[in-house]
Amino acid sequence: MCATCGCSGSSVVVQLLSPRPARASAGHSGEHPHDHETHEHEDHEHEHDSREIHQHDHEGHGDERTVHLQQKVLAKNDRLAQLNRDWLRQRGVLAINLMSSPGAGKTTLLQRTARELAGKMAISVIEGDQAGTLDAERIRSSGCAVAQINTGAGCHLDAEMVAEGLRLLDPPSGSVVMIENVGNLVCPALFDLGEQARVVLASVTEGDDKPLKYPHMFRRADLVLVSKTDLLPYVDFDSKRHGADVRKTSPRALMLQLSAATGAGMQEWYAWLRRRTPVPEE
Amino acid sequence: MHELAITESVVDAVTERLPGAKVTCVHLEIGALSGVVADSVRFCFDLVTEGTNLEGARLEITETAGRCHCKVCGSDFEPDGQIAICPCGSIEITVLSGQELKISSVRCLPAEVA
Repeated sequence: MCATCGCSGSSVVVQLLSPRPARASAGHSGEHPHDHETHEHEDHEHEHDSREIHQHDHEGHGDERTVHLQQKVLAKNDRLAQLNRDWLRQRGVLAINLMSSPGAGKTTLLQRTARELAGKMAISVIEGDQAGTLDAERIRSSGCAVAQINTGAGCHLDAEMVAEGLRLLDPPSGSVVMIENVGNLVCPALFDLGEQARVVLASVTEGDDKPLKYPHMFRRADLVLVSKTDLLPYVDFDSKRHGADVRKTSPRALMLQLSAATGAGMQEWYAWLRRRTPVPEE
Repeated sequence: MHELAITESVVDAVTERLPGAKVTCVHLEIGALSGVVADSVRFCFDLVTEGTNLEGARLEITETAGRCHCKVCGSDFEPDGQIAICPCGSIEITVLSGQELKISSVRCLPAEVA
């Protein structure tokens, strides 16, 4: 999947790790983001398209011809993402796409968030990693239901993987699903997952130059969290410059500073989450 | 980096729309602000199309320039690089073009009748 890795990302594995009894992957619970019926609907649409094109074939009588597609390259992912988004809205679930470079502190942030909001906010996690369940185990130890997606060679999550994760998690109305994307500041920026908000985590240890080096990641962020602020005295990180550069890429993104190690700034992050979390339906 | 996945999406979309057709040329439109590097797509194309109906097809890419409108001074401008900042210094802009990432057309031989 990734040109850097140079190999195919077809070996995607999605599994549930949760305090609740695990559901068998083949056992459909009925309602989920896009089930087989929906897939078949899509196929029907394609068949209609193909038929139109076949008619042109006959006119051309076997000769090479030009077919104007005018189709977005990521149309399929965008369509699946919209199905996820509709499903989440109907169910009253908030989904956050959490992105950062590897090691910025996504898992630590989620661990502390799950621990401190236990009993106040229902949180489940979709954990995206190329391999293994290390992060999922850490999240699970905080008492959260976790769906682990291993992307194989893939460098990002896509809408289809997230749909499967949502189906396994079966999140209740009024809850929050944190989608921890694969650690990468480039590829995840392009793939809509159907989330309602995009949160980019930027740790002070990475340096303050990331917004201008990875503008696509920051451009569509709703919230930029500057993490590991407890390490500010020890690193060369200009918060002012970082903030100004985030603004250049994303004039509307909200910015917060926090430390998941000390807890500084966490209350503002929780308040931001609460403002977006739907009221559970009876 | 993600251009291999992007190129795979191109192959999937074309084979889905034109099942069985032997594709001889694919024409893409990639905007300067799309986040996709045309040269990387070219690099991946032969690798990804191998063994598909697109194998051996020519790849043509039209690279469209970025075009933005400044909400402060009202002028239209072509951004310098990936960061859209108006020469007047404003960052309150609307992107008019350059975010395209689409399959414009393909040349192909008709589907073989089974």
